Amino acid sequence: MNIEDARRAPIDAVVIGASAGGVLALSTLLPALPAQTKAAVFVVLHLPRDRPSLLVEVFSHKCALEVREAQDKEPVAPGAIYFAPPDYHLLLEEGPHLALSADDLVHHSRPSIDVLFESAADVYRRRLIGIILSGANEDGAAGLAAVHDAGGITVVQAPDTAQSSLMILAALQLRPPDLVLTLDQIAQLLRDLGSNTSRTA
Amino acid sequence: MDAEISTEYALASRKFEIEFQLLIEAILQLYHYDFRDYAPASMRRRVKSALVRFECASLSQLQDRVVREPKVFHALLDHLTVQVSEMFRDPGYFRALREHVVPMLRTYPSLKIWVAGCSAGEEAYSLAILLREEGLLARSLIYATDINPHTLQRAEAGIYAIDRIAGFTVNHRQSGAGSSLSDYYTAAYGRAIFDKTLREHIVFSDHSLATDSVFAEVQLVSCRNVLIYFNRTLQDRALELFRDSLCRNGFLGLGSKESLRFSAQAAAFVPFVREAMIYQKARAT
Repeated sequence: MNIEDARRAPIDAVVIGASAGGVLALSTLLPALPAQTKAAVFVVLHLPRDRPSLLVEVFSHKCALEVREAQDKEPVAPGAIYFAPPDYHLLLEEGPHLALSADDLVHHSRPSIDVLFESAADVYRRRLIGIILSGANEDGAAGLAAVHDAGGITVVQAPDTAQSSLMILAALQLRPPDLVLTLDQIAQLLRDLGSNTSRTA
Repeated sequence: MDAEISTEYALASRKFEIEFQLLIEAILQLYHYDFRDYAPASMRRRVKSALVRFECASLSQLQDRVVREPKVFHALLDHLTVQVSEMFRDPGYFRALREHVVPMLRTYPSLKIWVAGCSAGEEAYSLAILLREEGLLARSLIYATDINPHTLQRAEAGIYAIDRIAGFTVNHRQSGAGSSLSDYYTAAYGRAIFDKTLREHIVFSDHSLATDSVFAEVQLVSCRNVLIYFNRTLQDRALELFRDSLCRNGFLGLGSKESLRFSAQAAAFVPFVREAMIYQKARAT
């Protein structure tokens, strides 16, 4: 698959996983999403579990889309960006709607990228893009493989452009992703998605 | 055949779904535990990890063992239901109880409190300690319920690994405590054993939010990070039980990310301390 194919794919949702160095990467990506974006965006960023997250405040100011902290049983709104709350896993259910869990840590993390990606793959199948960004553990590799197996599009940030490449390398090793892109290229892809899905809608 | 079943993944998920439903049905018919209305995404994850733990290649294999070996069923029940909690988890919740709910509770001559889904008892003991600190424990009875008899036994013992106590202590201090947590336990052999006189005010008992009904009138229901494991139907059932169990103007405490916004029972409760997820039963209209 090349970036042109990805751009044309009908996509309902984007899942993004990031850890160390992730805030910086997200600061490039999320503000690139135009107001008319139809896909819903779900983000797991590893953060300290014992304090409230400021992500919603930080990104609300930078983004054209509405930014929210995910709530349990909340119906998914198209064109919204949802952050997993600290100390909860974020999952997708049929509907689609959001679900949270306080189950055990996965790869020392809660929220875990694998948990989000695997449940999103079940719900969205081929209408999903999974993206792994900068990070320093192995969470996300199995999740991205699930997105791939379900027919979704898989993307990783080019490892040499990431602050921390361990998470990307783990994903690359488990299942070669469809696309390895710089942040600017991923931003471009997401921007085009917005216009494409609105055309097919 | 369903046109959806076009890819290998779709077929595999469909088979998993069928086996999953059959397993749930077998558990219901044989052991009378009803998981049909649990939130599917988390349930699927737990069941998948059970395959690894019980070394089964498929859910059908697991079902075979569950049907034939009650021991395996009980181990699976632990796997599907046990929640690792902490004492005074989310200290802000307990601080809000202390500051805003306790003054109201003081006005009752005797108090009944229900901890629904008590797991290993961390929350029940936390509330007992809080009530003792506020001088209310002597007139209080805490019902701590769960569906898992094994967990209830552990809860009743009130024994926790000593390495968890440091975290409990930090939480306790942040909850606005007027005493030290160490006043309430004895440490021995790597374990902390909580004060028996706390337990005298707690009744641990088997109760299912999915199948059982109201058993007492209470002033406070504390049910945190339990409803997230239910689908909307079961969540609504549980909230209805809470509404019917609460006295006039009684209180309901939920987990920090649980909202009533998406529930059919939303109108039955009004926010009391919004940021701490404490609600009050709405006046009947």
